[in-house]
Amino acid sequence: MTAPSVKRVELDYTGSERLTMNMGPQHPSAHGVFRAVLTLEGETVVGVDSVIGYLHRCHEKLAETLTYAQYPSIASKTDYVAAMTSEFAYVRAAETIGKFEVPKRAQYLRVIVSELQRVASHLLWLGTWCMDMGGALGGGATIFLYCIRERELILDLFESLVGARLLYGFFQVGGVRYDVPDGWIASCRETVDLLDSRISEYEQMLEENPFFMARAQGVGVITRELAESVGISGPLLRGSGVNWDLRRSDPYSSYEDFDFKVPVETAGDCFARYRVRMVEFRESLKIVRQALDRLPEGPISSRPGLKSVGQTRVPKGETYVRVEGARGEVGCYLVADGSAKPYRMKWRGASFSNLAILPHIIPGHKVADIVAIMGSVDPVFGEVDR
Amino acid sequence: MTADQARALIAERFADAQVEGSAPIVATVPPDRWLAFAQFARQELGCGFFSFLTAVDWKDQGLEVVARVDNLDHNVSLFMKTRLGPGVSACASLTSVYSGANWMEREGFDMFGIRFEGHPDLRRILLSDDWEGYPLLKSYAVDTPHPPYR
Repeated sequence: MTAPSVKRVELDYTGSERLTMNMGPQHPSAHGVFRAVLTLEGETVVGVDSVIGYLHRCHEKLAETLTYAQYPSIASKTDYVAAMTSEFAYVRAAETIGKFEVPKRAQYLRVIVSELQRVASHLLWLGTWCMDMGGALGGGATIFLYCIRERELILDLFESLVGARLLYGFFQVGGVRYDVPDGWIASCRETVDLLDSRISEYEQMLEENPFFMARAQGVGVITRELAESVGISGPLLRGSGVNWDLRRSDPYSSYEDFDFKVPVETAGDCFARYRVRMVEFRESLKIVRQALDRLPEGPISSRPGLKSVGQTRVPKGETYVRVEGARGEVGCYLVADGSAKPYRMKWRGASFSNLAILPHIIPGHKVADIVAIMGSVDPVFGEVDR
Repeated sequence: MTADQARALIAERFADAQVEGSAPIVATVPPDRWLAFAQFARQELGCGFFSFLTAVDWKDQGLEVVARVDNLDHNVSLFMKTRLGPGVSACASLTSVYSGANWMEREGFDMFGIRFEGHPDLRRILLSDDWEGYPLLKSYAVDTPHPPYR
């Protein structure tokens, strides 16, 4: 008996061979279900095809079948990491067409929860992004656990306000559903002070770590022109040198009452996006403090005591409203036909447009950099796929 | 550039456009001027920011394609609209003007079946490739099942 012959394979080490690699749909760095079909030349990515839609529920068709009173709590399932701002966009659209008034106290409460939500969302981003870059940060999970610990405090606040920790149903057309319970303002102040003191700790941990800097600086550069043409928004757009924040440029819900800075970085890389978000932490906390200080007395809704879900009717008309969510411009294009349900609703998910930047910036980078770039884009797939 | 200057410029260059409002400016152009209007919006009105593109199904009156762009430096917002007409599902693609139109038009194709002419890679984006029908059309029933389930 002869030994089986071994077939020799000649390998080409010149690097000219192209390899197609599937990243996902289940990949820890995607923070959701996302498949990237990569074309590699050695370790360098030369092409990327993004496959999305795994979480598609057709929110836009769903909205046509639900009334103005029902849909806000479903809207929170688009961007489930920042559910408050998703609800905000929808109710604002209905209020704009119907010219429903929103009492000042409700406007301030909306600002408070939106800013707390932004902090909670950014905390989750920071924790998961740093965990993605794992080993370089000395264990990796440290900062993730710190961030989750802090985020819990905000979720506790939401729980005592609404009764839910992640998906709220706090907004309703004409105002908000719940007023703050006794002692909430005091515990909110405590949390805000605590968070404020922790942020410099993270900055120190990260920015004094040469591995973190090497992985973030100069990686995934987005130029201003590309940023605008693709339509990315939020911290990504501001990281590419565009001074554009809807809270400042197109104020809504009394944002003009508050004093805050809009951070802008010009480098356009992962580090710039990180810096923008780190400043936004502090600015959001600053807004929450101001809103708590000046929280007006009065009703929390101009349309209290709704008895049936079909009672909110919006006259014929159409509008597009946008709010500055944690990930950027969350927009709702609403066409109303005078009935209790919208005729057409288009959801502009910030993550959808933000994710569309990937095929433009990934080619030319190494495979390991994809993880850093994906994390810095901070997509939430509920909002990408809707 | 202010919104009023932008309106005046649109009226001067696109006599067949219907223009309303100022924040945002809503301009409706004929479908054959769609691409030219987008180029004009980007180059001359400075609307470089591509917010979104979608469509509305007006049943018997056909589909309307809607896009929103902004000039971030001067805070001018422009809504571009075009009516494709009854039974028409072809429209010029804006991908040569705005990179963001790529995914948005794929979604428009996926949900409304609009064929964006000139799109480099027009295929479904959110639904699977073997999906039948276009869910956001008003003729697509929601109360009847669409087997097989997947």
